[in-house]
Amino acid sequence: MEELSWPKHLINVLSNPKYLFPLLLGLFVFIFPPTDRLHRIHLRLRLDRLWTNAGGVFLLVLFLSFFLFGLTDPNFRLIVTKADNVPIVGLIFLVTFFLWFSMKQALENDRRMADGKKPIEADDKDPVLVWPDLVYGEFIAMIVCTILLIVWSIVLTAPLEQPANPAVSPNPSKAPWYFLGLQEMLVYFDPWIAGVVFPTVIIIGIMAIPYLDNNKKGCGYYSFADRKMAVSVFMFFWLVLWIFLIVVGTFLRGPNWNFFGPFEVWKISKLEALTNVNLSELIYMKLLNRRLPDNILVREMGGFLVILGYFGVLPLILMKTLFRKLHQDLGNVRFSFFTIMLLMSFSLPIKMMLRWFFNIKYIVAIPEYFFNI
Amino acid sequence: MPKAKKSFLAPITESQIYRSIMRVGIPSTRRERMMIVLSNVFIHLHPARIPKHAVKVKYTWCMGGLTFFIFLVLTVTGILLMFYYRPVTEYAYGDIIDLKEQVPLGIMREIHRWGAHLMVITVWLHMFRVFMTGSYKPPREFNWGVGVVLLLLTMFLSFTGYLLPWDQLAIWAITVGSRMAGATPFIGTSGPGSALLALGDVNFVHEASDARFAMLGGRFVGEATLLRFYVLHCIGLPFIIMIFMIVHFWRVRKDGGISGPT
Repeated sequence: MEELSWPKHLINVLSNPKYLFPLLLGLFVFIFPPTDRLHRIHLRLRLDRLWTNAGGVFLLVLFLSFFLFGLTDPNFRLIVTKADNVPIVGLIFLVTFFLWFSMKQALENDRRMADGKKPIEADDKDPVLVWPDLVYGEFIAMIVCTILLIVWSIVLTAPLEQPANPAVSPNPSKAPWYFLGLQEMLVYFDPWIAGVVFPTVIIIGIMAIPYLDNNKKGCGYYSFADRKMAVSVFMFFWLVLWIFLIVVGTFLRGPNWNFFGPFEVWKISKLEALTNVNLSELIYMKLLNRRLPDNILVREMGGFLVILGYFGVLPLILMKTLFRKLHQDLGNVRFSFFTIMLLMSFSLPIKMMLRWFFNIKYIVAIPEYFFNI
Repeated sequence: MPKAKKSFLAPITESQIYRSIMRVGIPSTRRERMMIVLSNVFIHLHPARIPKHAVKVKYTWCMGGLTFFIFLVLTVTGILLMFYYRPVTEYAYGDIIDLKEQVPLGIMREIHRWGAHLMVITVWLHMFRVFMTGSYKPPREFNWGVGVVLLLLTMFLSFTGYLLPWDQLAIWAITVGSRMAGATPFIGTSGPGSALLALGDVNFVHEASDARFAMLGGRFVGEATLLRFYVLHCIGLPFIIMIFMIVHFWRVRKDGGISGPT
């Protein structure tokens, strides 16, 4: 096998979610600081410069050079230029651009408001006529969109594989790309959680945003300073748990849903040792050195206590410590709902870390009733 | 007083037929420009006047409007595709091949497929914009919820369409996607609590009665699934999404128009 050059090797290793995800999580709180104290660190690190013109150029050069460098590699090219994956490459650039674009306007507004002025949108309150000022703009947007679609359709043929054959399953079998975040969660949770409970919770959670966020400020203009907590929480879901997981599922998951670096050959023979254990096994067999008890409830007692502590006790502790101010702002009902939602979503990164660093498969494992958490 | 020069189109634009169709001619005065918005059912989606910041691309990114436009493109291309496509397992794949090889300059399937991808992306970006401008805040809370339903329906539309080419990509993507339905608590065979719905030894939730079966119309992705997804894709979901779109657009206007600083 050909030796990989060191940058490719480094990227291969780093892009393993095992390292990339904690790295992103660690960086995240400094890039989108939810609290004032983190915000001061954010300013001291000059991370707000990401959202200036220079920062935009930096991001563009960073992403472009990565993709251009990557395209020199046959494996990278194979995955990235696959017709159905092209929209996701587009998505990466579009999301990054609009992230930069909105944060730039937000910081401009924040500066204006710090000077006692109104946000820039307030300068343009005078009404204009919809004909021609709006309809012409829409017309141009429609034409641009049509041209884009036609060019895209001429250049890229829609994929069509072999005729359907229920007897031959491709490896990997992937869901449509917008569901790959859910499929990625399947690695860490059973289908009833990853495929049913979490999607339901996600939908209810998004719908609940306007009722949870009772901050009166920040309506109708771009702003970060006025709603740090809201933006930070949203970015966590949107960028980390939504876009990032889709990108991982699309580009970095190969045969048997194993992880493959962007410059790695998708070898079907790649083996990953499955040495995962359940919490109950850890407690009884490793710690207490005895066999698992027959009674399910006794066996899973530890797991139930952990779950109970996580959803029952932790919110109360948070209420008195880290989230004290949030609790005052939101009131009991909103705070409980928000905290439970937040803890549920954090259970994904927690479960990931437990798997990667402690090889724990299930906290509560009752396969007898398909009840595994 | 010098008379204004008449346009060479005047014989047409002043004829009785033209005036009966277009109440306002080519608008030139402020009043006529407002009248044209009020008298045209399509443009009347908009108010006649709008705050200046709201027509700027840097505020709206145009994403909501483009989503609607792509929906229309998908409707038109979808209707054209329906002429060539039969949702039967014997024919479906061959019809797609025919579409590729027999139709001259045919890019309808490409436009439909890439448009569908694009629509999912524009819906997401629209949601992102609405969040970043805080536009979901009162009085627009309910419309945000309607928007979330529209987002969900867009993904379902895309998901149901994914099966129709009836190739390996299609059936296995749907197989993977639908496996989750079988794990629904209580009503999926492999979900927790499925054994609870039983009378003595008779289990009510089994492979031929659970949530996955309802979705696929069978135990696996087959003939019935294809028809089911086809009907949902072409009639069922577009019907539902249009109802929600009507509500969404109506509420944008009724909740005070596009958001802006107070």
